[in-house]
Amino acid sequence: MQTQEHPTAANAFVADDAHAHWHDQALWFIRANRDKCAHGLAEWEELRELAAQIKQHTIAHLGDYLEQFERNTTRLGAVVHWARDAAEHNAIVLSLLQERNVRRMVKSKSMLTEECGLNPFLEQHGIEVTDTDLGEWIVQLRHEHPSHIVLPAIHIKKEDVGELFHRELGTEKGATDPAYLTEAARQRLREKFLAAEAGLTGVNFGIAETGGFVVCTNEGNSDLGTSLPPIHIASMGIEKLVPRLDDMGVFLRLLARSATGQPITAYSTHYHGPRPECELHIVLVDNGRTKLLASEEFRNSLRCIRCGACLNTCPVYRRSGGHSYGVSVAGPIGSIVNPSRDPEKHRSLPFACTLCGSCADVCPVKIDLPNQLLAWRQRIAELGLLEPSKRRLMRLAGRILSQPKLYVIAGKAGRTLLRFAPRWAVYNRFNPWGRQREMPLPPKETFRQWHKRQSQKEKQ
Amino acid sequence: MPPRDHILREVRRSLPADAPLPSLDRQWTRYDDPHASFFEVLRGVGGAGRIVAGAPQLREEIDRVIAAIGAQQVCSVIPEAAAGNVDISSIEDPHDLASVDLAILPGELAVAENAAVWVTGARVRQRVAYFLSQHVVLVIPHERIVNNMHEAYAWLQESADGGSPFGKTAWGTFMSGPSKTADIEQALVIGAHGARSLHVFFTKP
Repeated sequence: MQTQEHPTAANAFVADDAHAHWHDQALWFIRANRDKCAHGLAEWEELRELAAQIKQHTIAHLGDYLEQFERNTTRLGAVVHWARDAAEHNAIVLSLLQERNVRRMVKSKSMLTEECGLNPFLEQHGIEVTDTDLGEWIVQLRHEHPSHIVLPAIHIKKEDVGELFHRELGTEKGATDPAYLTEAARQRLREKFLAAEAGLTGVNFGIAETGGFVVCTNEGNSDLGTSLPPIHIASMGIEKLVPRLDDMGVFLRLLARSATGQPITAYSTHYHGPRPECELHIVLVDNGRTKLLASEEFRNSLRCIRCGACLNTCPVYRRSGGHSYGVSVAGPIGSIVNPSRDPEKHRSLPFACTLCGSCADVCPVKIDLPNQLLAWRQRIAELGLLEPSKRRLMRLAGRILSQPKLYVIAGKAGRTLLRFAPRWAVYNRFNPWGRQREMPLPPKETFRQWHKRQSQKEKQ
Repeated sequence: MPPRDHILREVRRSLPADAPLPSLDRQWTRYDDPHASFFEVLRGVGGAGRIVAGAPQLREEIDRVIAAIGAQQVCSVIPEAAAGNVDISSIEDPHDLASVDLAILPGELAVAENAAVWVTGARVRQRVAYFLSQHVVLVIPHERIVNNMHEAYAWLQESADGGSPFGKTAWGTFMSGPSKTADIEQALVIGAHGARSLHVFFTKP
């Protein structure tokens, strides 16, 4: 993954203006569907509050719930592995596969393995990994990463999918019909499912009380991937737990409605132990999560159920695309969890935000995203990681805003400049704001002038 | 220190203050006619179905499905619905079900709010039949329907045998409509990897 700054990385995305607008509208349409679903359920707000409370409780007792989950799932016949970081996770998966001479594995629904860079690692060791979610497979064939946690290929045009499938699957040249292209993928991926010697999935929810876990998909790919081969490996972040089976009632009502505006995903599968004469391995992964837990400011982002609602509603995400973030989990939630792993590398992400607060309004587990993003900006400044341009600007703004007289003069100068200066003096390389948009016309009267006039009127 | 102990130590080192686990015993949305709600949502997610009275009507409906899709290989776990020509009980390797056109399988419970049907391995030897078959029909007793997911989980717990709500089956899925994807430019396509069509029939005696 690249380490470039968000605004620089977004340049490529916004260069295709028509597609950038399509992306914006497509995600907003999903947001609107989410609203319809939410408003159709009288207890929606109650569910959000309960989900937040359940997750908060789980986090406060995470050690106990992890042990309870381990105990119960072991009793059901699964084998639990623990991984401190991505390297340990990948090594565990590799050794499970190598010990059984597995050469072909199908994978589904796992942003965690994306986070761990599992695919390239296994491929280096001669194991064929096939991502079976259609969007993830398209992205894999293009040697890219998902740009959205729920809609991995939302950044790709159907013309490009057509071209890709023509090359890879021999579909007709120039074909762009989604139904035709999906059918071609179905045929090829069925061969992959039937040939797979192992299946790997992510985990949406682990249930401490029963030792089971739940995986949600619309395509049914994780079900095929775990019902055919004799070994199922589930990669699971340690924050994925809920205490009780009953809690699933709350979360399954929230997840798909928040994610895509569906009442529930087509398949919500509950795994409690392996199939007869088969194996089930669960890899519990930390990879920075305990670090997040240790931070009082940012720990409630561990509640996240990865629905993607905050991405769909975010004006910056919609207009800059997931790849601009340079991380596996993009958007508002990604701009919080990634800097905790490496603040220097991801220093620009908390600034890819207008602080509009829309993310907090849609979050099904009520994470206070804008507050955390603001706190990250402060943290980044304290760590001395601000870009020089931002640092200079902040220092200048600080000086002006702390001196009323200077503020009045600066305001006047700005308004005069905007009104009378020639275009080249306003729209140049020192004003990135004016690159894609017109500056607003300055008001005839400032608030200060208006207020003065009003109070004089009152005196008379 | 082994990774397990290391992670648990790190987790316990920085736990936040206790927060209570809320009770879920509340007044949730209920429906005057749960079946009507179920079918409305089912149509919305690309499925179809109806209530049938007695085995003859069920057979009639299923014959119609078989004819519509031109099913050659039919696997039926419900003898009164259809005879079928693939005997799932004799199949050892799940891969042998790859050419099934239509599977007629039991559903255990329906949920009115989201058209989900709970299916398990209790009566189906190879669970892959629910996912690998080109088309799927689910048959459920008429009265096995609840309003919402909370009632569904309560039902699962009540019907549990031997402590675990999952009994010996180890597995269960809420299926809501056929397999679908919108991964190519957000265009909805039915029949991604799993069932291309899903019919749900509620049987009245």
